[in-house]
Amino acid sequence: MSEENYIPKNKLAKWFDSRLPLLTLSHHLKSYPTPKNLNYWWTFGGILTFCLITQIITGLVLAMHYVAHVDHAFESIEHIMRDVNYGWLIRYVHANGASMFFLAVYIHIFRSLYYGSYKAPREVIWIIGLIIYILMMATAFMGYVLPWGQMSFWGATVITNLFSAIPLIGESITTWLWGGFSVDNPTLNRFYSLHYLLPFLTVGLVILHIWALHVPGNNNPIGIDVKKNTNETMPFHPYMVMKDLLALLFFILVFLWFVFFAPNVLGHPDNYIEANPLVTPAHIVPEWYLLPFYAILRAIPSKLGGVIFMFAAIFILMLLPWLDSSKVRSATFRPIYKKFFWLLVFVVILLGYLGAKPPEGIYLILSRLATTYYFVHFLILLPVLGRYEKTDPLPMSISDPVLDKPGVLDTVKKITSEYEGENAGSFK
Amino acid sequence: MLVHLNNYIKKFILSILIAAVPFSVFPEEKKVDLIKTDWSFDGIFGTFDRSSLQRGYQVYQEVCSGCHSVQHLSYRNLLEKGGPEFSTDEVKAIASQFEVEDGPNSEGEMFMRTAKLSDKFVKPYPNVEASTAANGGAYPPDMSVLAKARAGGANYLYSLLMGYGDTPEGLKLDDGVYYNKYMSGNKIMMSEPLSEGIVEYSDGTVPTKAQLAKDVTTFLVWASEPHLESQHKMGFKAIIYLILLITLVYMSKQKVWSRFGSKNEEEKEETFDKVERVITKYEGENPKTFK
Repeated sequence: MSEENYIPKNKLAKWFDSRLPLLTLSHHLKSYPTPKNLNYWWTFGGILTFCLITQIITGLVLAMHYVAHVDHAFESIEHIMRDVNYGWLIRYVHANGASMFFLAVYIHIFRSLYYGSYKAPREVIWIIGLIIYILMMATAFMGYVLPWGQMSFWGATVITNLFSAIPLIGESITTWLWGGFSVDNPTLNRFYSLHYLLPFLTVGLVILHIWALHVPGNNNPIGIDVKKNTNETMPFHPYMVMKDLLALLFFILVFLWFVFFAPNVLGHPDNYIEANPLVTPAHIVPEWYLLPFYAILRAIPSKLGGVIFMFAAIFILMLLPWLDSSKVRSATFRPIYKKFFWLLVFVVILLGYLGAKPPEGIYLILSRLATTYYFVHFLILLPVLGRYEKTDPLPMSISDPVLDKPGVLDTVKKITSEYEGENAGSFK
Repeated sequence: MLVHLNNYIKKFILSILIAAVPFSVFPEEKKVDLIKTDWSFDGIFGTFDRSSLQRGYQVYQEVCSGCHSVQHLSYRNLLEKGGPEFSTDEVKAIASQFEVEDGPNSEGEMFMRTAKLSDKFVKPYPNVEASTAANGGAYPPDMSVLAKARAGGANYLYSLLMGYGDTPEGLKLDDGVYYNKYMSGNKIMMSEPLSEGIVEYSDGTVPTKAQLAKDVTTFLVWASEPHLESQHKMGFKAIIYLILLITLVYMSKQKVWSRFGSKNEEEKEETFDKVERVITKYEGENPKTFK
């Protein structure tokens, strides 16, 4: 944030700003230079911020009416749905908001994978982002337990039981997590407490995520460095604000369609049956956004192995900036990586599909194939590709692709290099 | 070597798809298609058919309520907007047929009194265990959110009510177990609840089995989503409002961006000028040959 020399004009403002530079901060946020070639895949950061705020506000209201007790939780949800003014709206926004949050975060993550946004100098942004993602999964999982329906109870039982796979201390850890010898009232209470806490940790991490972003600035679809404060960048306000707003409104349109016209489509019908420890549902499945990891968990024949691979599938992403050895960021100039990227998208969606199916027959075989590819992609393909892939030539600046007449660029480059001799780079 | 990768990837995906096709039926349970009905409450503009809801309540009251509770409904819900919309007097009359336990009074005694509008629907059994014991070990589920608790929703409930029939040959059923085409495992412990004329409608509607099933299903959908009508109404308004807002924001965005765009345009021209100057110098007088 050092590039600015902002001094408030107003005397009082100047006095205040020299003591707490909030005005400088706001000036920085307004004038923050963004590459002019950002496409709509870059609007999901703003959309995610909106999701987080929406979840916190609706969650706050729900917490005023919800009762975290095994005998009253289910009933209190029905109380919210029926008797609280617009309670149904608040709850449906919150429940579908979780799904929308994950939809947006998956697009955000895959955008990063496609355009190489995790590469130097943005590794820290990437890692903070992944921690946010992990927190989101923990928050969503615990939130899903709160209505105390059948899937809440049995989902919680399955997931907490995973910890019992840890050798020697596993059983004790599970008992400690439960606060008893099964998922029961103490479990519900602590999940509620943590479900309330984690979003605020997420807010803190989001601030760090944005802070870390504002140091190197945005990556862009071309993936080459932009020259700040030149014609290659535009101030965040009003340009990006307007673009983000437009994208956000489209997103809200989809969001509200679910809320008003298909609010239960993304949930499981069994969660409208009150939890019953004596009746196990035919298929215990997590929410859709956790399904790919659930598929990996069940693809491995041993319980401990499954747990290890499931967590590895998430944590492997942390190493991505170092696993991907290619210096070229954007897949636009990486013809082979681009293919594998889409293969990865396909495999993750396939894993999601398989996670919803029983782990038997062909589903199990496919789960194992897909799991293998998932790890091969990150551990073998990416390190090898960077070394052997012949990338397309990178443009000199992000303005180049804007000169849209085909062939002009190459000719210009040829001519200028002949004209200027060795020093072609200096031509502008 | 890498040139062929493209083909390998295509083959890989293809072989997965091909491998999946013949097996895809294999682990799946046999699924029976539910009877599809046109429900008035489906779709963006869906509303409940008032008279169907009122009849549905009657079916519930006279047929289902002997075993099934609807513990999250209150009597007042019956007169609220978007529901059966009985008149206040009608609902008061309905509530007065029931006795609820209240108390403790000033002597510390629990006592029975007539139900009021604010009371929840009286349950047929005091608790799940009593209900299960009285029904041969099968708990008749509470019906407050039943329509949301079954895949297929209204269509499933309707199909189930219509799905009783003769037991197919070769299927042995214990006493108190009945065949139902749509129940999972085809075995259900509820005997066929509906039959033609089991309820006498006061509005002259012929109480065929299908009509009874349709009415009670409508009632159950409302019971599980009493605000469905206002949900649809608000949703429609919200979508229209958003579309207008999107149009306005889109135009503003274009306007704002055109400021930068024009600057951009200038720069582009500048670049071309520079290029042309370079080319002129290089090629002499005849810049046209370039391109």
